[in-house]
Amino acid sequence: MSAHDCVARAAGAEEAARERRGTGYTVIELKGAGYSYGGDGILGGVNLRLDGGSFHFLTGPSGAGKTTLLKLCYGELKPSQGQVDLFGHDSRTIDRDGLARVRQRIGVVHQDCRFLDHLPMAENLSLPLTASGRESAADADSLRQLLAWVGLSHRAHALPPELSGGERQRAALARAIIMDPEVIIADEPTGNIDWEMSQRLLTLLAELNRLGKTILVATHDLALIRAAKSQVAARVLRLAGGQLQLAGSDL
Amino acid sequence: MSAAQRALATVLELLIGDRQADRAVPPTGFTVWLTVLTAGAMAFLAVFALALTLATGRLADRWADSLAQAVTIRISAPAEQRQAQTDAVLRILETTPGVASARALQTTEQAALLEPWLGPDLPIDRLPLPRLVEVVGDDLDAQGLRLRLAAEVPGAILDDHTRWRAPLVEAASRLRLLGWTALILIAGMLGAMVTLGAQAALAANTEVIRVLRLVGARDAYVARAFTRRFTLRALTGAAGGALLGTLAVAALPSTDAAGGFLTGLSFAGWGWLLPLLIPPFAAITAFAATRRAALRALARFE
Ligand SMILES: Nc1ncnc2c1ncn2[C@@H]1O[C@H](COP(=O)(O)OP(=O)(O)O)[C@@H](O)[C@H]1O
Ligand SMILES: [Mg+2]
Repeated sequence: MSAHDCVARAAGAEEAARERRGTGYTVIELKGAGYSYGGDGILGGVNLRLDGGSFHFLTGPSGAGKTTLLKLCYGELKPSQGQVDLFGHDSRTIDRDGLARVRQRIGVVHQDCRFLDHLPMAENLSLPLTASGRESAADADSLRQLLAWVGLSHRAHALPPELSGGERQRAALARAIIMDPEVIIADEPTGNIDWEMSQRLLTLLAELNRLGKTILVATHDLALIRAAKSQVAARVLRLAGGQLQLAGSDL
Repeated sequence: MSAAQRALATVLELLIGDRQADRAVPPTGFTVWLTVLTAGAMAFLAVFALALTLATGRLADRWADSLAQAVTIRISAPAEQRQAQTDAVLRILETTPGVASARALQTTEQAALLEPWLGPDLPIDRLPLPRLVEVVGDDLDAQGLRLRLAAEVPGAILDDHTRWRAPLVEAASRLRLLGWTALILIAGMLGAMVTLGAQAALAANTEVIRVLRLVGARDAYVARAFTRRFTLRALTGAAGGALLGTLAVAALPSTDAAGGFLTGLSFAGWGWLLPLLIPPFAAITAFAATRRAALRALARFE
């Protein structure tokens, strides 16, 4: 069972939509976006445009603000200066239902996974579907396929606290893509998994990208970025001192 | 979708529920019992308040009715004019609109009225007793009649019982007001307790709410998991409380046995069906309170 099966069913529609919109449409845009948790600013006036179908890596030392920047990109935080547009909606003024709809189009792999500890993995993975009222019979199939791909078929009925770090991370990725989102944002998705698994994960992300998904991955794993170069045309951004730079391609 | 259809959909959703939303939010132990017991106790009290309100309402209406309908005319005149004035009064009454019947009491009837106080051997012929004319009105204009009597029959005085019965009617109305106030306070208490329970449940599920929002759940979806639960608990508790309260009211001493002022502190006729309204009303109160608490709590999460 390949990852391709999981996402291919929507690929046709996705490509048609891309053609309609033309290439180079903007999915998420940070315009001079800054953020501070009260004290010193973590981010100062960051500009970033994620075009539909693009692939970005975000690197930078620990504590540089990578997680903070990603949170701005899916509306968990709102910029304290500047503006963040999510699918053309200003994240500061979008209404709450609008934000929910935006999130249904963005799959997020959180650094700390964020599962509901009292629900078995199968239900945790289908949570985005049930929470948005989109669960259907076909989804039971894609859930099985996803579980198989991330190697968690035998853990479907386990509770999140019973999983190893690597298993949790794989499950988090599965939950992020179950809605067939247009954008996938991953925060240190390979933090807890072995090299082989991170290669599989990278392959999946590359495959999703080829299907037109926009991908943004925060990682400090430079080996992963190097390995990705043979699979996707990714831009590498570096966050340091609250500013974003385009890192050299010679990583 | 029309408003009615939307309301129906909401009710169906509450009854049938969404298994997933229910499972996503684990129940918070003590709030279950807090809500069920509060709703039960409040419904129990509401039955009594309802019975009091209805009974005093009936009492006030009955008194007010008999006040308006039975009046007495007293004719105090020298003995030789008494019969002439009585006839004059009866003639006036014949042409007064709103008089259903009028008749002068016989001397023997008056003696019978006085007997309990003055004994059987009353020399009634020799006492300067006023003649009494009993009038049963039907939408009678007592004030108009009084003025006309004063003008035409100086010795006739209309006594419409207002003086001594009005305070009783007033008291009954006050009791009725008290009953309504109690009902409103009970509803307010239920709303406050459910709000507390809902707030506790919401606080205990902070992380669940955060995750649900992050995976794209709308506020309505998250709120529903809480409103459904609290509404059903309030409905269950109130059904039990209302049933027990109604049984307790039914077990009150019967009208005849209790007698006096407390006559019929109970339901009458269709009134026995009114406690059926308490559970749905408690459910609506709980729904509104929980929804309000949930939407407020949700506003703290992006
Ligand atoms: N909720 C918070 N409150 C206060 N400070 C925070 C919070 N979250 C993160 N920070 C601080 O913001 C800085 C950037 O954090 P983060 O975005 O997590 O960086 P990274 O993901 O690059 O390691 C760090 O110094 C961190 O201590
Ligand atoms: Mg981080």
